[in-house]
Amino acid sequence: MTALAAAADGAVQIGTGEAVVFWILGPIAVLGALGMVFSRNAVHSALFLVNTMLALGVFYVVQEAPFLGAVQIIVYTGAIMILFLFVLMLVGRDSSDSVVETLRGQRVAATVLGVGFAGLVGAGIARATEGTAVRGLDAVQGAEGNIPAIARLLFTRYLLAFEVTSALLITAAVGAMVLAHTEREAGSRQSQKELSRARFLTAEHPQTLPGPGVYARANSIAAPGRLPDGSPSPLSFATGVEPQDVDELPPARSLGVERAGLPHSGGTDAALGTLGGATTGPTPGSGQEPPR
Amino acid sequence: MNLLAARNQPTLEDFGHDVWWIVLIKIVGIFAVLVLMTLFAIVFERKVVARMQQRIGPNRVGPRGYLQSLADGLKLAFKEDIMPALADRPVYFLAPVIATIPAFLAFSVIPLGPSVSIFGHRTPLQLTDAPIGVLIVLACSAMGVYGIVLGGWASGSTYPLLGSLRSAAQMVSYEIAMGLSIVPVFLYAGTLSTSTIVAAQADGSRLSFFGAGFTGPSWYAVLLPVSFVIYAVAVVGETNRAPFDLPEAESELVGGFHTEYSSLKFALFFLAEYVNMVTVSALAATLFLGGWRAPWPISIWDGANTGWWPLLWFFAKVVMALFVFIWLRGTLPRLRYDQFMRFGWKVLVPTALVWILVVATLRTVSREAELDGGEIAVFVGVPVALILLAGLLVASRISNRTTRIAAANAAAGSTNPTEPEPEVLPAVGPRRRPDGGTGPAGGFPVPPMDLKVPPSPRLRSREPVAAGGLVGTGRRTSATTPEQDGDV
Repeated sequence: MTALAAAADGAVQIGTGEAVVFWILGPIAVLGALGMVFSRNAVHSALFLVNTMLALGVFYVVQEAPFLGAVQIIVYTGAIMILFLFVLMLVGRDSSDSVVETLRGQRVAATVLGVGFAGLVGAGIARATEGTAVRGLDAVQGAEGNIPAIARLLFTRYLLAFEVTSALLITAAVGAMVLAHTEREAGSRQSQKELSRARFLTAEHPQTLPGPGVYARANSIAAPGRLPDGSPSPLSFATGVEPQDVDELPPARSLGVERAGLPHSGGTDAALGTLGGATTGPTPGSGQEPPR
Repeated sequence: MNLLAARNQPTLEDFGHDVWWIVLIKIVGIFAVLVLMTLFAIVFERKVVARMQQRIGPNRVGPRGYLQSLADGLKLAFKEDIMPALADRPVYFLAPVIATIPAFLAFSVIPLGPSVSIFGHRTPLQLTDAPIGVLIVLACSAMGVYGIVLGGWASGSTYPLLGSLRSAAQMVSYEIAMGLSIVPVFLYAGTLSTSTIVAAQADGSRLSFFGAGFTGPSWYAVLLPVSFVIYAVAVVGETNRAPFDLPEAESELVGGFHTEYSSLKFALFFLAEYVNMVTVSALAATLFLGGWRAPWPISIWDGANTGWWPLLWFFAKVVMALFVFIWLRGTLPRLRYDQFMRFGWKVLVPTALVWILVVATLRTVSREAELDGGEIAVFVGVPVALILLAGLLVASRISNRTTRIAAANAAAGSTNPTEPEPEVLPAVGPRRRPDGGTGPAGGFPVPPMDLKVPPSPRLRSREPVAAGGLVGTGRRTSATTPEQDGDV
C-alpha cells in the first residue's frame, strides 16, 4: 500500500517489512558468501553458496520481482547447484582443500585482486546509479503484473538476445554431449534380451554359480559350497582364490578328537543355529536336513 | 449460481489481507492436515497393499488398525539416535530438516476451498497465493532434493552415497518433465496462480453437437490429457515412489540415502516423503482435476461449491490420487536405472515439448479464428487422440507379432508339446520321520504332497470351516466375532 502510494509521487519508500527482511537476510547472504570462500570442504562451500542464492531469491521476491525469485531458486539452487554437488560427491567426500600453497604469494594476490575487483564494481555501480530516481518495479511493469511484463520484454525488445543466449546454451550442451559420446557400432553391444538368450543357449549353467551353500561349515570364501551329499561343489570354487583347505567346523554327528576343543557345549550345530540340537542335526551325506 | 460461485471464488486480490490470527490458524491447520494425511497415507498404503497381496495388513492398534502409523511414529521417536562415526555432523543433522521444511512449505499455495467465513472474517481456504503460485511448489520440490542428496552424502557410507547420487540425477531430470508438463495448463489458464487456475476450470465451454447443446469438460485432465499423463508419471519419479524408487532400492542399496539414519531424523525423511506425495497429489487435483470444485454429478447441486463442502471434494480427489500411488507400488516392479533415465529424457521430455508446441498452436489458431478452446479440444483433440491411440495399438501388435504367433503355437502344442513332466523325483507321500515330522524326500526339501490349502479367511463368513479358524489370520475365532470380518 505504502509502496503504491509512494510510487505515485515518483519516489519509493521502503516499507517496514522489506527493511526487516533486508536486514535479516543481507547479513545471512554475506555470511554465506564468506563461508563459501573460507570453507575448507568443497561440499560445505557449495552449501554456503546455496544459502546465499536462496537469500538472493527472497530479495528478488521482496523487490516485486517474484518470477525472478522463483526462477532463481528453481534454476540456480535447484538445478545448477545440485549438479555442482553431484560432481563434488563424485570427486569424493575427503577432498578437502590442501593448505599448502603451490604458488608463492597466491593467496595474498587473490585477496588483493578480489577486494579490488569488488571495490571497482561496487564503486562503478554506485556512481552510475547515484542520483537516479527510484521508481520501483511495480511502477515500471504496470498493471499487468510481473510475469506478463517480463514475457513482453523478452519476446519483443530482447528477443534477439534471448534467442542468442538459448542458441549458446544449446551449443554448449551439444558440445558436451559430442565430447562425452563414445562411438559405438550399431549391434556391437548386445541387448539384455540377446545376452540372456545367449546364456541359456550356450552356457552349461544359465543360473548363478553356487556360493558357499547351506552345508558349508566355514565363513571363508575359500571354503567350497557343499553338495547335498556333503562333497564339495567344484562350481562354487571362488575365482582368483587358490583352492585350499580351510578350517571348517566338523560335521555334527562326528565324535571324538575334532570336537574336543570346541567352546560351545551343544556341539557345532548349536553354533550354526540349527533347530534340531545334537540328536536330530543333519549329517552331510545322510540325506537328512533339519526343518527350516 | 454463477454469481454465487463468483463471490466464493477467491482472486489474487483476496490474499494478503488476513488478520494475523487467521494466518496463524491457517498455518497450524495446514501443518495438522499434512501430518494427519501422512499418518493416514501410511496406514492406508499398508492396508491397500495388503489387500492387493491377499493379506490383512495392520489390524492391531486402534480401531481396525488405523492407529498403526501413529504407534510406529511414536516408536520411531523413542529409538536410539545414531550418529555414524564417519558422518559429516552438521550436514548429517541438517539434511532431514532440509528435506522436511520445503515439503510443508509447498502446501501453502494449494487452494483447499473457496472463501469461507472463519470467526466472522471472510477469507479463502488457502494460506496464500501469488502470481507465481505453482512456481513456489516447483521451487520447494527443487529444495527438497537437497535433503536427500546431502543426507546420503553426509552419512559417510557407500550405499547412501550411491542412493543420493541416483536421487540427484533422477529428481533433477524428472523435475524438468514435471515442469514442462504443466506449461500447457498455464497456457490454457493464462496464469500461474493456483486459485485462478481452479477458477479457470470452473465452467466448461458450451458446445453444440449436432444441435444438442451441452457443457464441455472443464477439467484440464480431460482438455490436456497428455500433460496429465506426463505429470502423473513425472511426479512418481519426483517423489521417489515405486516403481521409480531407485534412490532407496532395497534390493540394491539397502535403504538408499537414509540407510544410516535412525530415530527422529529417519522419521523426518519418512514424513517428507509422504508430505511430498500428498502435495503432488493436491497439485494434481488443483491443476488437472478441478481443484476443490465438485465433480460433475455433484456439481449439479448448487450448494456443492459453497461453504466448507469443497474441502470434502478436494480431499476425496487427493485420496484418490494417493490410491493411484499405492496401486502403482503394489503393481509395478522397479525399473532398471538406465531404462528409467532413458524413459525420462527420451520419452517424457520430448513428448512434453511437442505437446507444448501443439497446445500453443491450438491456442493461437483458436484466438485468430475466434474459436473456443474447449470446442477445438473436443472436435480436434479427441479425434486426433483416438487416431493416435489406434495407431499405437496397431504398432504394438505389429511389433509383438512374432511373440504372439509363437505363444499361440505353443498354446496349440506345436512348439514345446506339453508332455507329462518327466519323473525326476519319486512321488513321495507323507514320509514319516522318526521324530514325527514330515521329512524331505531324498535329501531335497519338497512340500508335503498331501498339503491341504486352508480356506481363505475372507470366505469364512459365507462357508464356515471349522479347521480354518486356526490359520494365522490374527483373529481368535470367526464364530465369536462375525462382525469383524469385513474390516481387513
